Amino acid sequence: MTSATFPPSPPENTSWSRYFGFNTDAKVIGIQYIVTAFFFFLIGGLLAMIIRGELITPPADLVDRTVYNGIYTMHGTIMLFLFIFPVLNGLNNLLIPTMIGAPDMAFPRLNAVAFWLVPIFGALLIGSFFVPGGPAYSGWWSYPPVSTQNPLGHFINGQGLWITAVALSGVSSIMGAINFVTTILRMRAPGMGFFRMPVYCWTALAAQSLQLIGLPALTGGAVMLLMDLSFGTSFYQPEGGGDPVLYQHFFWFYSHPAVYVIILPVFGIFSELFPVYSRKPLFGYVYVCLASFIIVALGLVVWVHHMFPSGVAQWMRNFFMFSTMLIAVPTGVKVFAWLGTIWRGKLRLTTPMLFCLGGLFNFVFAGITGIMLATVPVDIHVSNTYFVVGHFHYVIYGAAVMGIFAAIYHWFPKFIGRMPYEGLGKLHFLLTFIGANLNFLPMHPLGLMGMPRRVSSYDPEFAFWNVLASLGAFLLGVSIIPFLLNMVSAWVRGPKAPHNPWNAIGLEWLLPSPPPEDNFGEHVPTVISRPYGYGTGEPLVEHQAEIENQLTLEEARA
Amino acid sequence: MSNSSDRSRPPISSAGLAGLLAWIGLLVALSWWMAQQAYRWLPVQASTAAPLVDGLFSFETGIGTFVFGGVVSVMAWVLIKHRAEKYDESDAEPIEGNTRLEVIWTVIPLLLVMAIAVYAMRVNTKLGVLGPMEHIHLANPVEDQGGYAADRLPAEQVEVIARQWSWEFSYPSVNVSTTELHLPVDQPVSFRLVSDDVIHGFYIPAFRLKQDVIPGRAINFNLTPTRQGRYRLRDSQFSGTWFAANQADVVVESPEAYQAWLKNAASQPLQPGLSDAVIEYGERKQLKNPGWATVPPAPPPQVNVPGSNSLPHDA
Repeated sequence: MTSATFPPSPPENTSWSRYFGFNTDAKVIGIQYIVTAFFFFLIGGLLAMIIRGELITPPADLVDRTVYNGIYTMHGTIMLFLFIFPVLNGLNNLLIPTMIGAPDMAFPRLNAVAFWLVPIFGALLIGSFFVPGGPAYSGWWSYPPVSTQNPLGHFINGQGLWITAVALSGVSSIMGAINFVTTILRMRAPGMGFFRMPVYCWTALAAQSLQLIGLPALTGGAVMLLMDLSFGTSFYQPEGGGDPVLYQHFFWFYSHPAVYVIILPVFGIFSELFPVYSRKPLFGYVYVCLASFIIVALGLVVWVHHMFPSGVAQWMRNFFMFSTMLIAVPTGVKVFAWLGTIWRGKLRLTTPMLFCLGGLFNFVFAGITGIMLATVPVDIHVSNTYFVVGHFHYVIYGAAVMGIFAAIYHWFPKFIGRMPYEGLGKLHFLLTFIGANLNFLPMHPLGLMGMPRRVSSYDPEFAFWNVLASLGAFLLGVSIIPFLLNMVSAWVRGPKAPHNPWNAIGLEWLLPSPPPEDNFGEHVPTVISRPYGYGTGEPLVEHQAEIENQLTLEEARA
Repeated sequence: MSNSSDRSRPPISSAGLAGLLAWIGLLVALSWWMAQQAYRWLPVQASTAAPLVDGLFSFETGIGTFVFGGVVSVMAWVLIKHRAEKYDESDAEPIEGNTRLEVIWTVIPLLLVMAIAVYAMRVNTKLGVLGPMEHIHLANPVEDQGGYAADRLPAEQVEVIARQWSWEFSYPSVNVSTTELHLPVDQPVSFRLVSDDVIHGFYIPAFRLKQDVIPGRAINFNLTPTRQGRYRLRDSQFSGTWFAANQADVVVESPEAYQAWLKNAASQPLQPGLSDAVIEYGERKQLKNPGWATVPPAPPPQVNVPGSNSLPHDA
């Protein structure tokens, strides 16, 4: 490669119809994932509105208790398996190949299969609302023996569909993980060693490794649960000599790492965006990369902290308390790195930056309550109360979903080719930030007072904080309106985006917006410096100026 | 790791240093105040465990306030001082990292969380609430290690039977059973927790204690109530349809009142105990469209004293 010129783009299928078919282009699949995820996000959010509507008054007066239990179960299940994992896989699909200069994923067809499983198990889950006896009602943990009771006795029941859907979700996630890990390990641009790779790819690699290690345990545990439920085995049935606590180990061995699967890519998003909008390199890039893998190692040995009151031995309680506390250290390294990045920077408070700052604020708060939950004596009191619900909603909504919104606003111009509207974006941020804090902060005092989670009715002394939380929830419900409005209108008629609207450094910004089907094709640039070279004046790749000029020329022509 | 040339940074002015120290002092004061406030967010302390747990929680609240306040202060400072001017597209000074800082902010949090963990471990050892985890036919009270080291062995072992959806408490030595738990104040009591169906959670917020009740096992669980009053016992592990209504009251009273209550209870005939779920299930059957299928509630336990679970409670 001596000269860098862009090949004439081959005629591509750019019609709407390609999003509804079996397409192997990672960028199409990424958008399929994200749009599908937001469709389910709306359903999950609607369920949340019903939950908070029920809890705005102490008695169980809005829906029947059985309905409430089904709804809170499906809210959790949909939000995790049908919203947050798919939306992150969508971002992985969009970002990983373009960031490392690969033409596509390592296994494009497997990638498409992994996506198309999502609407399939999504339909299974949503369909379980319509089977006799209603959907699963035992919570997203689905602990036996509650989950194996099957009151109607039908062979086809909500709980069975739930387990099938979760197992399929596991299959889909494993397919995705194999793809992402292989792509990152084998398909990087020339010159891009591991320590020239963007942090988002590091965190995606870390998160997807966790998927590969943990998911088999969950899938195995779920299959055994299905056997117990439908075929009368006794893996977890005490009357048959089984042990219900065994399931909890299988479940949390995956489902605790799952929260790192969720939050690690969001750490990656923060690490990508803070440098752009502060105009400074990421502070301590190498440490941030390595911290991701320390989190992976520790994240695999903390699962019992979900089971402190389950009657685990004292040595286990102490061991898992220490391991959980240790995670605060690499996480702290990342938080301080972001603070170091914005420190003395030149901040531009665009919508993505606002979401990052708000997400960081919420994440630090969640970290504080996380340390409290890690210490066994406090956890014994607040486990299974609203304190925990508040804590993880701060992490998942306050930090992860806000990070995802930041990513969507930031990369929307690149992959859609049009600019989202700033005014609507800022309104969306404001409503989300206020709504999330008003919704989830009151949950902490409730938990400390002793209000158990998953209740459909509660004692009157909890009413005040519940009203506040419900109002916050309804505000969050409203907050999604400007977002949808923004996305739809920007996609249809937003201003055309240049190839690098944020003046960001990265391979994906050296592609046209939207990128051609095979990204760089044969002309992958050679990487010659670290990412995030803001203010250093070093080019990221060979012939960078020529590539930029070429892109600018093409834009001027269009 | 490339060290930035942080020599280029102007040293902090004396006024700036004074301001910084004053701000840190303010944060310390705020954290101390929050640590005091933390006690007020919790229910009344009604067991020997409560002060220990609350002390730890207060300590964590103080530390947490300081850390959170520090991070937010930095963010606020940056937002105020380091905003780009409008139309300023230039880059900031390219500081790539600082190994000394990385070491500092690895080691200090490490020491901090280890200190909290050691503190929590000592509280844990003091609490030592858990008896041996044995299967039901092996339950062996000789191995009992519950309660506090300072406690004498409890005289009374109360059997707690959790069901979908009622709590039954029986006092085997006097052959009394009830759906309202009575305990003498300041005396250690031992529970034998068993479940008839699914996992339940034995949770009394005023005692700061919780233990899952696991079917197929008998779990010995000890505590010492320290304050007279009426408290809620809540099911804390989701147990199905009427999980939320599966609550009972715990009455802690003077030893004399407790003995009098026991004596009176022993003379009462057996009658159905409290089960809100049974009542609601009956009402539900009248409905044309009662919702989705449910496991029917177990019949109310036959007890000497049903008691009440609808009187005003302290926590």
